[in-house]
Amino acid sequence: MQLAVWTYEGPPHVGAMRVATAMEKLHYVLHAPQGDTYADLLFTMIERRGKRPPVTYTTFEARDLGKDTAQIFQDAAREAVARFKPQAIIVGASCTAELIQDDPAGLSEAMNLPCPVIPLELPSYQRKENWGAAETFYQIVRHLADKSVVREPREGRPARANILGPTALGFRHRDDLVEIRKILAQLGVEVNLVAPLGATPEDIKNIGAADFNIVLYPEIADEAARWLERTFAQPAVRTIPIGVGATRSFIADVAELAGADPTPALGDTSSRMPWWSRSVDSTYLTSKRVFIFGDATHAVAAARIAREELGFEVCGLGCYSREFAREVRAEAARCGIEPLITDDHLAVEDAIAAAAPELVLGTQMERHIAKRLGIPCAVISAPVHVQDFPARHSPQMGFEGANVIFDTWVHPLVMGLEEHLLTMFREDFEFSDEAGASHHAAHSPRKAAVPAVSEAPVEDIPAPAMETAESAGSLWTAEAERELKKIPFFVRGKARRNTENFAHAEGRQEIDLETLYDAKAHYAR
Amino acid sequence: MSAAGILDGCAAELVRNDRPAAEAARPVLRERGQREVFCGLTGIIWLHRKMQDAFFLVVGSRTCAHLLQSAAGVMIFAEPRFATAIMEERDLAGMVDAQDELDRVVNRLLERRPDIKTLFLVGSCPSEVIKLDLAKAAQRLGAVHMPRVRILNYSGSGIETTFTQGEDACLSALVPVMPALPADAPKELLIVGSLPDIVEDQFLRLFAEMGIAKVGCLPARNARDLPSVGANTRYLLAQPFLGETAMALEGRGAQRIEALFPFGVDGTSDWLRAAGEAFGIDRALTEQVIAPGRARAARALANLRPQLEGKRITFLPDSQLEVPLARFLQDELGMELVEVGTPYLHRAHLARELDRFGPNVRLSEGQHLDRQLDRVRADRPDITVCGLGLANPLEGEGLTTKWAIELVFSPIHGFDQAADLAELFARPLRRRDMLEI
Repeated sequence: MQLAVWTYEGPPHVGAMRVATAMEKLHYVLHAPQGDTYADLLFTMIERRGKRPPVTYTTFEARDLGKDTAQIFQDAAREAVARFKPQAIIVGASCTAELIQDDPAGLSEAMNLPCPVIPLELPSYQRKENWGAAETFYQIVRHLADKSVVREPREGRPARANILGPTALGFRHRDDLVEIRKILAQLGVEVNLVAPLGATPEDIKNIGAADFNIVLYPEIADEAARWLERTFAQPAVRTIPIGVGATRSFIADVAELAGADPTPALGDTSSRMPWWSRSVDSTYLTSKRVFIFGDATHAVAAARIAREELGFEVCGLGCYSREFAREVRAEAARCGIEPLITDDHLAVEDAIAAAAPELVLGTQMERHIAKRLGIPCAVISAPVHVQDFPARHSPQMGFEGANVIFDTWVHPLVMGLEEHLLTMFREDFEFSDEAGASHHAAHSPRKAAVPAVSEAPVEDIPAPAMETAESAGSLWTAEAERELKKIPFFVRGKARRNTENFAHAEGRQEIDLETLYDAKAHYAR
Repeated sequence: MSAAGILDGCAAELVRNDRPAAEAARPVLRERGQREVFCGLTGIIWLHRKMQDAFFLVVGSRTCAHLLQSAAGVMIFAEPRFATAIMEERDLAGMVDAQDELDRVVNRLLERRPDIKTLFLVGSCPSEVIKLDLAKAAQRLGAVHMPRVRILNYSGSGIETTFTQGEDACLSALVPVMPALPADAPKELLIVGSLPDIVEDQFLRLFAEMGIAKVGCLPARNARDLPSVGANTRYLLAQPFLGETAMALEGRGAQRIEALFPFGVDGTSDWLRAAGEAFGIDRALTEQVIAPGRARAARALANLRPQLEGKRITFLPDSQLEVPLARFLQDELGMELVEVGTPYLHRAHLARELDRFGPNVRLSEGQHLDRQLDRVRADRPDITVCGLGLANPLEGEGLTTKWAIELVFSPIHGFDQAADLAELFARPLRRRDMLEI
């Protein structure tokens, strides 16, 4: 048993729901107890969908157990097909139904339903949401793809691509797709099919007609893309176009497979991010320490943008999915740090506290961790809350995505000139550290929660465990502690940590003014 | 407007004897099929805020943890006093192993959270289906951790409980550990059902003014500080979903005071008067105590009545609050009840409420979701009360909705919340009329 207050991913049948809800004319008959319909509100509330997810739950109760749950399942399937007239149904069990062993696959096969039935095996006690989405999409493609489809010769026709991976409840999937379509249009590449988002089972039949696949979200589409590679000899573009550099590589990869000229797409003038990043107000971003956590795809992309396009220093990198940990490990090695592969939010919180970053990029959970620690934060990955399904166009992918990312990540930080002024006038009562950035109302002067002393929030970050019996705080002389408070709050945590590490390494028994400034000199680069 | 006329001289027994007649007069549409409802685990969201020394450990699957975080929203980030022990494959392999695992998780939890005084082991669908004996686990762990921590268990599983029935199951588990009231003790009043503190305090002040000295609350703000119960306990249900808890209290000799539920002017008056009567309080004093609140509530409701009068409303089943809320909206705001759906209809507890329903109200129990939605589309009520999984889809079809879960989390009982309660229904209608896009 794993003790958890919060989970980064739902159970695998929620992944299946994400695929079903993304598609059209497909219905999901889910063998599940009363109450599992809670998952509907993820789609209707967080994503604000104006339609019910196409899911029929059997919602069996205790009185049904042991006698007619199988019958209940068959009735539900028959009724759903009659009412919604789907082109195909997927059938499966939630965690509880998995235990009562009714075998939705066998039950629905025996029914001679008037549409294809795709059975799903989603082991709820081993796997999670993204795996469930990937497996569901793979099964749908495998069952429905027409294997007799033969591609026409390439002469005299545009290249055709499938775009694979966008789902319901996907972080910015709606707008990423707009950007990808734009790039393909510039390259003269036709879209054969987008799936799962917006595709019908009939559309999936024709998936083999494309020349190649574009895997936008490996967590969801990788499995299906590998099968398509084997079955239809369709190569796949696996570059994730998040960031300016990655978008350029993506364009080059697509152009190569399509036999197209990448120049028009590369010459896209909508990319403002490089200039914004080079303009002098961004100088203060140099080597800002950033901690990154999310799904593997978004975390790795964010780390590259942070390093190569914004000049941050990545001081922490991790993901919550073991399935894609390899890419994260490789990227962490490039950053010269240890990767953090965990689905335990408490471990993430400890790692963030220990790294004392100046910016956190993560999920909804990291947003709250950062808030608690008083560190600026931006969201880069699911799971996210309702505000991250915005009304305005806000992709992560392509050149417009890079513009969005620049604004989103820099916004929580204090602007360059402002930071400079705050540093210069930090003794001035109206420029107190606690004032924070002028564009965050929430950061208006804090009332200290503890009446004793008004401390900046980073003070609460526990120092990393040291091999001394004493608590680290007690090493500081009052004078050095006062001097530390004169250091701007956004670098104070780092200064404290560096000084303590230095004192520890030097074997000094106390941290006085001398030690503070020795450490400062030691760490000056 | 006043309920006094109807209720004069109406002792609880008499009303019970009248019941068969009312029942025969009111057919109930009973449906089975897909139900769009929460399971009882959801009750943890408000129960853990109410009982400040209690921790709720769900023994379940990742789905259970996911449900709790979806329902709890931002509460998750405030060191909440609940968690899920997520069962994994190896826990399903053998029962002994699962009990050992549970010991490990509970011991780790109690080490980390020394502030916990009561621990509820909460059963879920998966734990019930594999017959993991949480009662035994609670006993075994209780023996180790008493007196510092009391360990209790109940089931909040979807196969056994719908939404607010989770509170019923939890309070039922508390009844056996309530101290015994001596046989010769004077009569004491017990308010049953968790209410927001502000509402509870209002009621306690009113009872004190009426001269009812000893008033306990179940749940108490501290689960280790439970009120006593015995043959001299008279209890008032503050919530309509507490059938099991009522039975458990009766099993310990307590007697229910028959009353409307305390929503609106009539409901709150009836509820307070019934208590006054049961405790032999002089009628004039009772009236004097409740007069200011009645007047305030009536004034506040008068402002909202024009917005709701004549509007047609349908309730989809959610919390069992549907019947008393519908009565309030019909009697005090002039709304027309189209269909009142409830997950479970407790005939005895709702008898007085049902007597108030007009003859054309369609009463339904249980749910066949698609057929019920067909009725909503055919009825086209002005406003439909439903869960969050249905609200936006119905709005998308051009219907106006009020999401139901808010009625469980907001202070809505009593005189001074009557207008807030009405406003919850008036606002979506006002918004519908305001928007020009």
